[in-house]
Amino acid sequence: MKKLSLSQLPALFAAIAEKETLYLPVDAEGGARFERFTEGKTLTGELNTVRSAKDFFFPQTENLAEFKMEGKNIEVIDPRTETEDFVVFGVRACDARSFSILDKVFLVDPVDTYYKNRREHGTIVSLACTRPHETCFCQTFGIDATDPEGDVTAWKTDDAIYFEAKTEKGDRLLANLSDLIEEADDTAVKEQKEAVKKVMDRLPLKSLTTEGFGGDVMMEKFNAPEWKSLSEACLGCGTCTFVCPTCQCYDIRDFNTGHGIKRFRCWDSCMYSDFTKMAHGNPRTSQLERFRQRFMHKLVYFPANNEGEFGCVGCGRCLAKCPISMNIVKVMRTLGGKKA
Amino acid sequence: MQETMIARAAALLADGTVNRVLGWKKGEFVYDITPAVFTSEEELKSDFVYDDFCGNNLSKYLIKESRKEGKVLAFLKPCDTYSFNQLIKEHRILRDNVYIVGIPCDGKISTEKMKAAAEGIVDVQVDGETLHVDTLYGQKDVSRTDVLAERCVSCKSKKHVAYDELIGEDGEVLESNRFDMVAKLEAMTPDERFAFWRNELSRCIRCNACRNVCPACSCEKCVFDNDASGIANKAAADSFEENMFHIIRAFHVAGRCTDCGECSRVCPQQIPLHLLNRKFIKDIDELYGEYQAGEDTESRAPLTNYKMDDVEPSIVYQRGGK
Repeated sequence: MKKLSLSQLPALFAAIAEKETLYLPVDAEGGARFERFTEGKTLTGELNTVRSAKDFFFPQTENLAEFKMEGKNIEVIDPRTETEDFVVFGVRACDARSFSILDKVFLVDPVDTYYKNRREHGTIVSLACTRPHETCFCQTFGIDATDPEGDVTAWKTDDAIYFEAKTEKGDRLLANLSDLIEEADDTAVKEQKEAVKKVMDRLPLKSLTTEGFGGDVMMEKFNAPEWKSLSEACLGCGTCTFVCPTCQCYDIRDFNTGHGIKRFRCWDSCMYSDFTKMAHGNPRTSQLERFRQRFMHKLVYFPANNEGEFGCVGCGRCLAKCPISMNIVKVMRTLGGKKA
Repeated sequence: MQETMIARAAALLADGTVNRVLGWKKGEFVYDITPAVFTSEEELKSDFVYDDFCGNNLSKYLIKESRKEGKVLAFLKPCDTYSFNQLIKEHRILRDNVYIVGIPCDGKISTEKMKAAAEGIVDVQVDGETLHVDTLYGQKDVSRTDVLAERCVSCKSKKHVAYDELIGEDGEVLESNRFDMVAKLEAMTPDERFAFWRNELSRCIRCNACRNVCPACSCEKCVFDNDASGIANKAAADSFEENMFHIIRAFHVAGRCTDCGECSRVCPQQIPLHLLNRKFIKDIDELYGEYQAGEDTESRAPLTNYKMDDVEPSIVYQRGGK
């Protein structure tokens, strides 16, 4: 385990930023967000960012290809450039887990090379939680907020920040910072973990379980009559999907530049009326079906296709942001458990 | 109040006046209220809630609800009745299928402000002007005024402009300071104002929550969702488009927006979208005389009316435009 005095944190950020691009969560209007580090920027005191960290690997929009028209010829241009190495500092345990969920979508055959390019160049420094909120339920999905995944895991105490490398990328990052960080024992980290675990034990959503969900209850859940009341007030906006760290659906569209086409992909939302629209129309014509799709995906279809792994990390963003406060927790409470 | 409302709703269900009740349903926490339809006294007793966190404007749901079988009871707060009236005026709600019970409101609490004031909220006890908040990290007292939603701080009216019956006394139209921030923006230079809005709108994630919650946005198919329109988009082709979305929307609801403030309440990025609408309201007031959308169901709105003394387009130059 390595250690750095908190007063040295700006120096650490500067040292990382000297070699590669560094992003960290900072305070901003409307809530914390990830920004590129420049001198003077400091780590937010907020628990988490409004938007998740998925943008780093799966941005809201990106250009996939360009088509240029010249006479009767169409030139196809790949607009990609090799991504530069970057470090994302201060990713919470929930978001850190979301990357391995996204990997299961984008890195299986056929591999999404746009995603892979970014993933390979990114180093994740996760930050253990010390003050979870009432909306947190990462425990439900077996995530340990006191010891998050990542290339490097960091623990921030009152006067120091501790680091432990968990991958080769993480080893390399810490090796580059050896002038600043020193060897330390893990007493303070152990103490923090124990203290935070006590808080985790009294979180109001501690009792929430995934019991009753998974790949083998597909038709039972699909046909549950409760979807009607659950989806009744849904506005059909995309807030839950867009703040969600694991929602990974996208649309591909063409933008007419006047002398060619820019083909881009952008986040899509199953809540939208034109989601998966095809020549015959939309397969889900009511908000009930669209609403059901989102939760069936996370709680049934995803585990069915991914060895039981659920498509939710319990970050609580949808709980905080849904305009009508309808969310996965309410769905799980209503539809969970074994049914006759 | 909540108990009175439940009793009244149960009575109206029992005597057949209505067959269901549109209200607010308790959540997992003290503040996460969901609009819901109740069909029995049992449901009302176990889940119905009306308290300081019931901010949702229920009027827009009546577009759909009023097209279902039977009559629906809807509890409307004073500001919700303006949205309701406006929707009646636009022939969007079938009035005969709705029974409105006006309920008093002394301002609703902003959950965003509440969470900023107290971290890890487990419970909230309202004690007059003080909120006793139990958090994961201890007890904290918060001033109710400090966490009141912005739209409630500058409340325009405690008067119900539409109802079949009222619970409690009706209030008055209030003197409101709601245009103060608009005046501040007007006093800025064009460059400053442009920078202000570019910064605010840069946070937009195009979730459409503002549009979908807006009672004035009741088009069957929004132009931004219509592939055939040529401007349908789920994300911006460039960052300026994000800004245009909000400006176009503000133009579209101009003269119809009642200033209910739902757009700003639901914005996950806390963009003060209501300021765009308030600018239009203020301009309409100044150019065509005081007008409050939703105040009645009969009058002609300034922007859809013509009078000989209407201002000429050149007013733009007289007001300093270029």
